[in-house]
Amino acid sequence: MNAEMNHAETPAAGAQVLLRALKEQGVEVIFGYPGGAVLPIYDALFQQNAIRHILVRHEQAAVHAAEGYARSTGKVGCVLVTSGPGATNAVTGLVDALMDSIPLVCLTGQVPTHLIGNDAFQEADTVGITRPATKHNYLVKRSEDLARVVHEAFYVARSGRPGPVVIDLPKDILIKPAPYVEATREPHRSYRPQTEPDAAQIDRAVALIQHSRRPILYTGGGIINAGPEASALLRELVAETGIPCTNTLMGLGALPASDPHFLGMLGMHGTYEANMAMHGCDVMINIGARFDDRVTGRLNAFSPHSKKIHADIDASNINKVVTVDVPILGDAGLILRALLERIRSLNAQPDRASITAWWRQIDSWREKRSLAFVQPDAPGSIIKPQHAVRRLFELTRQSGRETFITTEVGQHQMWAAQHFGFERPNHWMTSGGLGTMGYGLPAAMGVQVAKPDALVIDIAGEASILMNIQEMGTLAQYRLPVKVFILNNQYMGMVRQWQELLHGSRYSESYSEALPDFVKLAESFHGVGMRATSVDDLDRVILEMLKCDRAVIADIAVDQGENVYPMIPSGAAHNEMLLGPDRHHNNTEVTNAGMVLV
Amino acid sequence: MSDTTNGQRTATISVLVDNEAGVLARVIGLFSGRGYNIDSLTVAPVDADLSRSRITVVTRGTDLVIEQIKAQLGRLVPIHKIADLSADGPHVARELGLIKVIARGEPRVEALRIADAFRAKIVDTTIESFVFELTGASEKIDAFIDLMRPLGTTEISRSGVAAIARGTRTII
Ligand SMILES: Cc1ncc(C[n+]2csc(CCOP(=O)(O)OP(=O)(O)O)c2C)c(N)n1
Ligand SMILES: [Mg+2]
Repeated sequence: MNAEMNHAETPAAGAQVLLRALKEQGVEVIFGYPGGAVLPIYDALFQQNAIRHILVRHEQAAVHAAEGYARSTGKVGCVLVTSGPGATNAVTGLVDALMDSIPLVCLTGQVPTHLIGNDAFQEADTVGITRPATKHNYLVKRSEDLARVVHEAFYVARSGRPGPVVIDLPKDILIKPAPYVEATREPHRSYRPQTEPDAAQIDRAVALIQHSRRPILYTGGGIINAGPEASALLRELVAETGIPCTNTLMGLGALPASDPHFLGMLGMHGTYEANMAMHGCDVMINIGARFDDRVTGRLNAFSPHSKKIHADIDASNINKVVTVDVPILGDAGLILRALLERIRSLNAQPDRASITAWWRQIDSWREKRSLAFVQPDAPGSIIKPQHAVRRLFELTRQSGRETFITTEVGQHQMWAAQHFGFERPNHWMTSGGLGTMGYGLPAAMGVQVAKPDALVIDIAGEASILMNIQEMGTLAQYRLPVKVFILNNQYMGMVRQWQELLHGSRYSESYSEALPDFVKLAESFHGVGMRATSVDDLDRVILEMLKCDRAVIADIAVDQGENVYPMIPSGAAHNEMLLGPDRHHNNTEVTNAGMVLV
Repeated sequence: MSDTTNGQRTATISVLVDNEAGVLARVIGLFSGRGYNIDSLTVAPVDADLSRSRITVVTRGTDLVIEQIKAQLGRLVPIHKIADLSADGPHVARELGLIKVIARGEPRVEALRIADAFRAKIVDTTIESFVFELTGASEKIDAFIDLMRPLGTTEISRSGVAAIARGTRTII
């Protein structure tokens, strides 16, 4: 303290203090876009080298990029935008991060404190607008709060169930001198999420597991958020008990896709075996998933005969949608460790013979090969989108390079989830909860910034990619060699699929009219464009793309009429899946109740 | 206290929050955003240094919904403690009502008689009006207002429910 006083420095300006606090919080990269209200921060950034700034082309993309960065590194992503339109443009990204529990701190500029409420130029009620879009938000009105709020924001963003935090910074606060305070060990007065599970609940869960005959592990994004150790523990638990495991869309990679215990993704477009096993299990062990409606199907028919264990970091997820028998509040990793230790010390593995019989049943479901598709191989044949993803998977695997996959939203996203095998956590980034078209390209950008040597591929649709296509400019500026792999079906395919199945094939406004020439588009952004129009070109284009050390758009023309199967139609149960256009397992009519669902 | 109609009950929930800008908006936004009811709401700082406020919400829902409300409140960062007073044990709940009755002649006399029976205080009077102050359970204030309405023009201002557990239990 005294030593510091001796420096007798004049207190630094708010913007300097802000950067110092960010540095103390370990920030290395900020994704941002300037404007009048944040010019003092940009000036401070200009005068230092510790924090790198990536200039995006749209604030929404800054947030998605920070999401990609956070999800691939496990760190808190950082965003900087100006007041008014800068802040409102960021809102979609914030909600996306909120829904998928991604830790972010978003700094927004604000008009000076004395003008707040006056409808000043580029004023928006940012804390008001972002209150339901964030885990928490702050408006810094006093210079003495600035450093503390920054430390607190990072603590809140990464603790408990992670999420986005906004700090709204009036311009005068950035200019006026502000005192610096270091981060304390008690970063918040009251916010202390419970991470250690309750031992009695662990015991109750272990008792259920021990006496189960048809158990299933259903795991979600919570395991990914709990860090790679949690995924390693899941593998151990599976190996120890032989329990089959399915992952949600957000949870892919927690168990290697190549693990024989892996049933694939579950839910609306999950595998037959995963959904049937969920339906038929007697004990369900949900770790870090939230019984999303995309997963459960019709609730009153959801896994009707099972006892349910639900481990979650967020108490409000427990008994929200599905009532469970054993709730466990805490961190997924700590819970997995406790379960594993207890099972080992009590020798409480489920009965081997029952597990073997259960696997026999599951294997018979597997024989349906619900992800099967037919790729005609005659020269000139049109490419099946599933085949394109499969080839991409196999050729990237053969390349031996560390590979990260992001996606946009639509059919291509589901095909990516189904056909690209994820062996490790944190290598798959997709917009799950919000389903934000335009997520994939900026998210890939954020990953590539964090992992400059890795292969980062955005599996895209031709409609989604146009929602943040301007980020091709960012890729060029920072020489980020992101690969955009467009499954171009010339339709908003997912919309077309629903219209086909639910609205009498009336394809209202779902045709992708007047598409750009994606090859020329890539070139105009200083990237490389490629195109495959038949199955003969596919491997060559993929290999060329993988070899290229620049940003690439590979425009892959795929079968326009292909639908994503299997599918649990809206309002149907897990055991009422459609397996394919001519492979109806059950002739499921979509009910009126189902029609209203999204 | 907790009356049940079709599986719904009334819950009186008190939360202790950091007394900071926007905290009330967070609580109210949570209720409106997730479609929960607010029957009544009170808020005021309660610590000697004014650092924390107590918000009391009267709401309705099934047990599951009430549990959800408490869990959702628990997610709000500036919240310190949450108590479901109506479920956690005996408690007292009081409301203050200011009721203006504008009337002349016999109705005016009748208003005075009723006020006396309810032990309402007269806090303001003119030749043609009274302002009564009444404290008690919300139902008592409801009953008083029902009797006053036919007597003339009435104007009502109610505080919303303040509540606290009986005995030594606290949420400080
Ligand atoms: C921002 C946004 N707007 C609208 C939607 C609704 N939506 C979901 S998928 C989809 C079509 C996506 O088309 P495309 O990117 O070509 O992917 P495809 O389904 O054809 O693979 C639309 C419009 C959405 N998810 N996000
Ligand atoms: Mg498409």
